[in-house]
Amino acid sequence: MNFDPQQIQDILVIVITAATPLLIAAIGEVVAERAGVLNLGLEGMMIVGAATGFAGAYLANSTLVGVLCGILAGCAMAAIFAFLTLGLATNQVAAGLAMTIFGRGVANLIGAGFVGLKRQAAPHLYIPGLSDLPLIGKLIFGQDYFVYFAVLLTAAASYWLTRTRSGLTLRAVGENHTSGHSLGVPVRAIRLMAVLFGGGCAGLAGSYLSLAYTPFWSPDMTAGRGWIALALVVFASWRPWRALGGALLFGGVAVLALAFQGLGVPIPAQLLNSLPYLTTIAVLVFLSVRDRRGAIAPASLGVAFIPDR
Amino acid sequence: MRIDLEARAQRSTLREILAPVGAMIVAIIIGGIVVSLMGISPIAAGNVYFIEPLSQSYSLQAIAVKATPLVLIAVGLTFCYRANLWNIGAEGQFIAGGALGGWLGLLTNGGAMQDTLGGWWILPAMLIMGALGGVLYGLIPALLRIKLNVSEILTSLMLVYVAQLGLDWLVRGPWKDPAGHNLPVSVNFDPEATLPILFDGGSLHLGVLLAPIVVIIAAIVFSKTLFGFQVRLVGSSPRAARFGGFNDSTIAIAAFAISGGLAGLAGVIEVSGKIGQLIPSISPGYGFSAIIVAFLGRLHPVGALIAGLVLALTFVGGEDAQIALHLPGDMTLAFQGVLLICVLAADVLARYRLKFSMGAAA
Repeated sequence: MNFDPQQIQDILVIVITAATPLLIAAIGEVVAERAGVLNLGLEGMMIVGAATGFAGAYLANSTLVGVLCGILAGCAMAAIFAFLTLGLATNQVAAGLAMTIFGRGVANLIGAGFVGLKRQAAPHLYIPGLSDLPLIGKLIFGQDYFVYFAVLLTAAASYWLTRTRSGLTLRAVGENHTSGHSLGVPVRAIRLMAVLFGGGCAGLAGSYLSLAYTPFWSPDMTAGRGWIALALVVFASWRPWRALGGALLFGGVAVLALAFQGLGVPIPAQLLNSLPYLTTIAVLVFLSVRDRRGAIAPASLGVAFIPDR
Repeated sequence: MRIDLEARAQRSTLREILAPVGAMIVAIIIGGIVVSLMGISPIAAGNVYFIEPLSQSYSLQAIAVKATPLVLIAVGLTFCYRANLWNIGAEGQFIAGGALGGWLGLLTNGGAMQDTLGGWWILPAMLIMGALGGVLYGLIPALLRIKLNVSEILTSLMLVYVAQLGLDWLVRGPWKDPAGHNLPVSVNFDPEATLPILFDGGSLHLGVLLAPIVVIIAAIVFSKTLFGFQVRLVGSSPRAARFGGFNDSTIAIAAFAISGGLAGLAGVIEVSGKIGQLIPSISPGYGFSAIIVAFLGRLHPVGALIAGLVLALTFVGGEDAQIALHLPGDMTLAFQGVLLICVLAADVLARYRLKFSMGAAA
């Protein structure tokens, strides 16, 4: 089979587009989980972000307004989640599931009036000369703005978690909240911030789907990406840069399905479409075989914290 | 502002029962506010949602038919969640059961395999195969969890998508009705492969009777047997369970097998009793709504029965409200989410006293 270089570049551009929402959501979840909170409501926060993002952008006729709406909606969902898990110390798994079920319903309600409407896709960077370079021009200088933001977000999260005092405090809270509390660290306040950040990222990732990936809203459009992002966090061993690599891998798998279909390979479309999910399972299995100890996860992850006086 | 939780000195049975009822009331009030913001009288909406379905024979039957899969799945989930095993893939196990059980219905179609024995064995065999399909599908995340320590949460959920796509492929491909004008549906099951309707002209089918039977058996197993005790102990204090010499892995396998099996049984009952053939999508999200049922029922089989009826009422009432008040159908889904949030909060309030105080959160 002969591939023309232009085609390869086009495929890589699609891989990056598919990877971006996963990466943004995963970075938010890395921060939340490093603080010790397992937010299984990611899928719900993403879908609400997608619906509000599109609604805001459509009504205000501005992608930026849409993005802000998506982020705020994700934060609002995260605030409910935080009230349940931090304020009331409910089981984090159950609360996360509740957010996902609630989010699907709310998103469909918000999006009901916008089904079938289309917007122009979010603008792409264009630098005369550079963006027209063969092979790499579109890849490096011609993506939409979300992609560059996602990379910046990864760099910032990585730097902040490992190189700053507040990042260290956050990780300490995630490793052992009781010690943190006895040292006078405001455990629940830090976790609240981390959860809100995670929710905002999920909302942004969702609005990427409805504003850039497919520039329209359709119910259940996240199609499990929130869950895949959760798997990505495990895959990345809770490290931002590894999440970037993982996101590209998962994006690649999703695009592989499209590419095969385009080439007319006689494999059932359903099998190709189930590849991202099967890959997720395979990756989780591979990881746990590799790290039998399983000790990489933040030690207090998912454990409710009830401060004593 | 900070919130402090202070454990209540005594557990009170009354509070335990009132918690889900209170959660329901709060959820209904929130729903009423949302509906009135949409310009619809909350009284009228409440009437359509919760009162009218209870006044007609056909809608009462519809509630029982819808409650059946919800109750069956939720009873199984109760065992898993009590043991701190988070099977959130019941939707996939439901589909696997419906597909495997339904397959027998297709194999015996048109009187095939009925020459020597007749057709009496088909329905029981379908139910068994449906349960088996759910068990096998549920064992995948269970085995990955106990053998390789892979999170059962993510694997069970990923398998839902795989099951949906798998059934879609089967019904559009090998199982498609050749005489079906290329529609993605299988042939209709023979009467021998269809759960009989209990009353002429009604929608109640034989499968509905299985739900209360399963609830009674599950309640006995849960409260009166050593296995039920082990499940509860492993969940509430794993350390004590290990000292007691209970085997985590065996309990995990059993809990997943029960919950997968009941979800699969629910799947084949839905296919054989309600749908009557295989179609690409056989569940309007029963596997996920059953999670709410399990929690609303306070993770007890009998509670699941009551909660299943309540959730089925919101499904049926939601459909009526779509027609009578033009309320969006997703209202039901959103309401169910609000309900689960309220139930989780109410559970905490039953066990703790809240203290609000000014000042920074700790």
